[in-house]
Amino acid sequence: MFNSRSPSRQWTVRRRAKADPVTSVTDVVETNALEKDRVTPVVRRGKVDRVYRAVATLSGSIVFVVMALIGGFLLYRGIDALRLSGWGFITESQWAPDMGGAFGIAAVLPYTVSIALVALFLAVPISVATALFITEYAPRRLRRFLTATIDLLAAVPSLIYGLWGLFYLQPRLITLSKWLADNLGFIPFFKVNEDFGTSLGVFPSSTFVAGVIVSLMVIPICTSVMREVFGQAPPGEREGAMALGGTRWGVVRDVVLPFGRGGIIGGSMLGLGRALGETIAVTLIISPSFDAKWSIVEQGSNSIAALIALKFSESTETGISALMAAGLALFVITLIVNTAASSVVNRSRSGSATEI
Amino acid sequence: MALTLRRRRATEVTTDEKIRIRSVESIDVTVMIGSAISSFALTQLLYETFLPLSGALGYIVVWYALFLAISWIAVRELRGTVRAKDHLARVVVWSGASLAIVPLVLIVLYVIGKGYHALRPQFFTQDQRYVGALSDATEGGGSHAIIGTIQQVGIASLIAVPLGITTAVYLNEVKGRLAKPLRTVVDAMSAVPSIVAGLFIYAAWILALGNQQTGLAGSLALSVLFLPTVTRTAEVVLRLVPGGLREASLALGGTEWRTTSRVVLPTSRSGLVTAVILGVARVIGETAPLILTVGGAFIMNWNPLSGKQDSLPFFVFRLIRFPQESQIARAWTGALVLMILVLVLFVIARAIGGRGPDHIGRLKKWRLQRKGLA
Amino acid sequence: MTDLQITTPVPTVGSSTAVVDDDTRGAAGLTAKNVACWFGTKKVLEGVGLVACWFGTKKVLEGVGLDMAPGQVTALIGPSGCGKSTFLRTLNRMHELVPGATLAGEILINGVDIYRGAIPVTDVRRRIGMVFQKPNPFPAMTVAENVVSGLKLSGLKVTKSEREDLIESCLTKAGLWNEVKNRLGDPGRALSGGQQQRLCIARSLAVSPQVLLMDEPCSALDPTSTRRIEQTISEISESVTIVIVTHNMQQAQRVSDRCAFFLAAENEPGRIIEEGPTKDIFTNPRDSRTEDYVNGRFG
Repeated sequence: MFNSRSPSRQWTVRRRAKADPVTSVTDVVETNALEKDRVTPVVRRGKVDRVYRAVATLSGSIVFVVMALIGGFLLYRGIDALRLSGWGFITESQWAPDMGGAFGIAAVLPYTVSIALVALFLAVPISVATALFITEYAPRRLRRFLTATIDLLAAVPSLIYGLWGLFYLQPRLITLSKWLADNLGFIPFFKVNEDFGTSLGVFPSSTFVAGVIVSLMVIPICTSVMREVFGQAPPGEREGAMALGGTRWGVVRDVVLPFGRGGIIGGSMLGLGRALGETIAVTLIISPSFDAKWSIVEQGSNSIAALIALKFSESTETGISALMAAGLALFVITLIVNTAASSVVNRSRSGSATEI
Repeated sequence: MALTLRRRRATEVTTDEKIRIRSVESIDVTVMIGSAISSFALTQLLYETFLPLSGALGYIVVWYALFLAISWIAVRELRGTVRAKDHLARVVVWSGASLAIVPLVLIVLYVIGKGYHALRPQFFTQDQRYVGALSDATEGGGSHAIIGTIQQVGIASLIAVPLGITTAVYLNEVKGRLAKPLRTVVDAMSAVPSIVAGLFIYAAWILALGNQQTGLAGSLALSVLFLPTVTRTAEVVLRLVPGGLREASLALGGTEWRTTSRVVLPTSRSGLVTAVILGVARVIGETAPLILTVGGAFIMNWNPLSGKQDSLPFFVFRLIRFPQESQIARAWTGALVLMILVLVLFVIARAIGGRGPDHIGRLKKWRLQRKGLA
Repeated sequence: MTDLQITTPVPTVGSSTAVVDDDTRGAAGLTAKNVACWFGTKKVLEGVGLVACWFGTKKVLEGVGLDMAPGQVTALIGPSGCGKSTFLRTLNRMHELVPGATLAGEILINGVDIYRGAIPVTDVRRRIGMVFQKPNPFPAMTVAENVVSGLKLSGLKVTKSEREDLIESCLTKAGLWNEVKNRLGDPGRALSGGQQQRLCIARSLAVSPQVLLMDEPCSALDPTSTRRIEQTISEISESVTIVIVTHNMQQAQRVSDRCAFFLAAENEPGRIIEEGPTKDIFTNPRDSRTEDYVNGRFG
């Protein structure tokens, strides 16, 4: 029964197999020789399978090529413009590529970032609270409904948010802006240039208003990620905390939040990516300014996306290339933020089963 | 200082009387109501007179802050600091969640309110060819925009959905050598800002290749956004199919193609359909890429391949900036139609998604019974 | 023995490319020769100059040789992690589904090498079926569809009446017919765990396998279902060779004709320590390690 093949004597006998009464020296050598006979079974596929695999591979290749072309094209045109502006792209505040003037994102980029930061400042605490609410505090039967509502919030077009923000929220926000400028004006963010005074007309179309509107769009994204992560907090640890006599808040503070830390950070970064790229709401609200400033409540703001939206129609070839350079910058920043967000979530304790 | 609570009078407890566990006891409710009332009173007292504030927003903020303070003190007296912190956390979490959800209600109501006026049948059947500056909002309509949206989103779906799902099959089932770099590229492309997608099509298709602004250009820009989304969500759905099913299929002598087509895809069908519908819902509302590619129009253009077309989001975006009240009203109606479209798609997606693979619809059951398989 | 009349239906081999000879029907004998299995560099199974198995460079099985005679039930016993399941998977070429899995040696069905011979891998798997530890009925199919899914998947065509007969006979063989005869239109997952596993057995039987490999089929089930499945095993063992991996020594004693005891020492690939008729293995083992294991001193 124990047939043996003819051994190829390549190795000398090593130690015998442990206490195996039926092993013989020959057999041990044969065993070692089997390393050489290793075969990875060749899979001979039938014709249908070959066609199926070919079609799928073709589809993947098409997608790959198309997306690589898009990236390549943006890079190519963008670099054209960068060659024109040189390092000035980073230092120049004005945007006048068509008249042969200088152009740069030294004003537009800080504005973009400040809108996003205002949005995050408001969105992250609210998202954490909402995610906690859904997973911990809400009645169980409501959980599906609430999750659906958050998903619905994410599905509402940003145009609608922009319109509502412009017509309904902005008039109410500027009174708040005025209050901030009057009472907290010592903080540079809320300061208003003395020349303008603090009449209400100073405050619309500001970074603050845009940031508040964008935060509404960021909240559903952050909440979804955080909710998924909080929901995976190990029930064993939860029960352990409760068995020690902890309150609901104790469980949250000591189990859920530490576990979900990766999700909070990752979700916030994902929201940041969204906020940086938001176009329509920002375009509707702001009045473009090319002078970067600290104050967020004062009129005048900008964002790379809004810049492209507003300038493209009046741009020549050079202008389009310049806009592409700006768009490329935005794309790269968003890409970095999104990638960092995924890796933070994946690497955290909570992230292994969450998809970003 | 500890307050003792009065004991409930003992009652006969039968074995069938289930214990109802309440997460909030009556004493907590009393504390909340009491704090609410007293903080309201205090705000009323202090507001105009002592604090440098005015207006409704400030009033609510002060009321809220005082509510937190008073209820904290009350609970701390009754139950101790630990319970007080728990109570505070609970209130904060509830408030935070309402701040997230209340705006949705406000937005929906506002858009309905503004758009309802001009929402007449002619909005769906007429375009704006006879509309002048003095026309009433109910004259003319947005049919050209609606047709444009349907065509553009339709073409984009025709391009993106088959390609995306097949690519997801490649990534997850075939797992060829291209899979890893492809996945990286797809993830990277899902980070493209919507305006940049439009700018790409504008520069590459329209300027460089010399095409005009057409509905097709718009749908290409939408595909740039749609394709990575479909691929990623489809891949997630396929990954959710348990590996044991593929193994079982192969162990029965199935080929790879039959395993994919007869086991994996049917099992994930409802998930894929949901993913596609949600993707469409998202793409319908995209305005930025269309600004650059579609051109906009006031009259109907049935041909997406030539001539400028309008699109519902672009319609709204353009008209809202007109000075005439009537145009603004039409824009709001367009926004209302858009919102309803998205809502309807969303509800359909959730209804299908909730079914799961075990669901056997009536049509399928009839077909199976004919074959003797049900 | 039961009184049931069991007839083996003969599905017409329509589009399949298999050569129809006597060796492709009826219980078949499996022989493993020189099988070694690797995962990475760790050898997982090792035996006496026989089959070896690797996953990547890790050798997982070494020198496993086993004759599994036709019409018999062979049990593979041993503690966890000794390569029993790995070996089982080499027997119907499921081992190669793991990326980086390689092996050396020969697996012969009725004398024909399943790896280097001319038999397409799909045919190999049709003739050597498998039932898994966790029941996995196809959720998108009804009970009836599940039973005949193997026909669809391996490309065998049957007429409608043949199909109905096949469904009834396979479910009867698996001991499930009476319980589901009125529920054939229910989705596959609507059944209980034990019923699902029996459904999977019926599904495997529908393609008329010559060998049925079972990887701890009862470990996730309650005692009643376990008993029913063991009954099924005895009933079908004459027409289908069965190789069953089991942790449960009493189950091995109950169902099997021959046993093979696997063991892997620390950092060593798995090997067959002893092999023989079940009675001998359990009452009169030759190796001290076998004796320790069957008497429950470890494992």
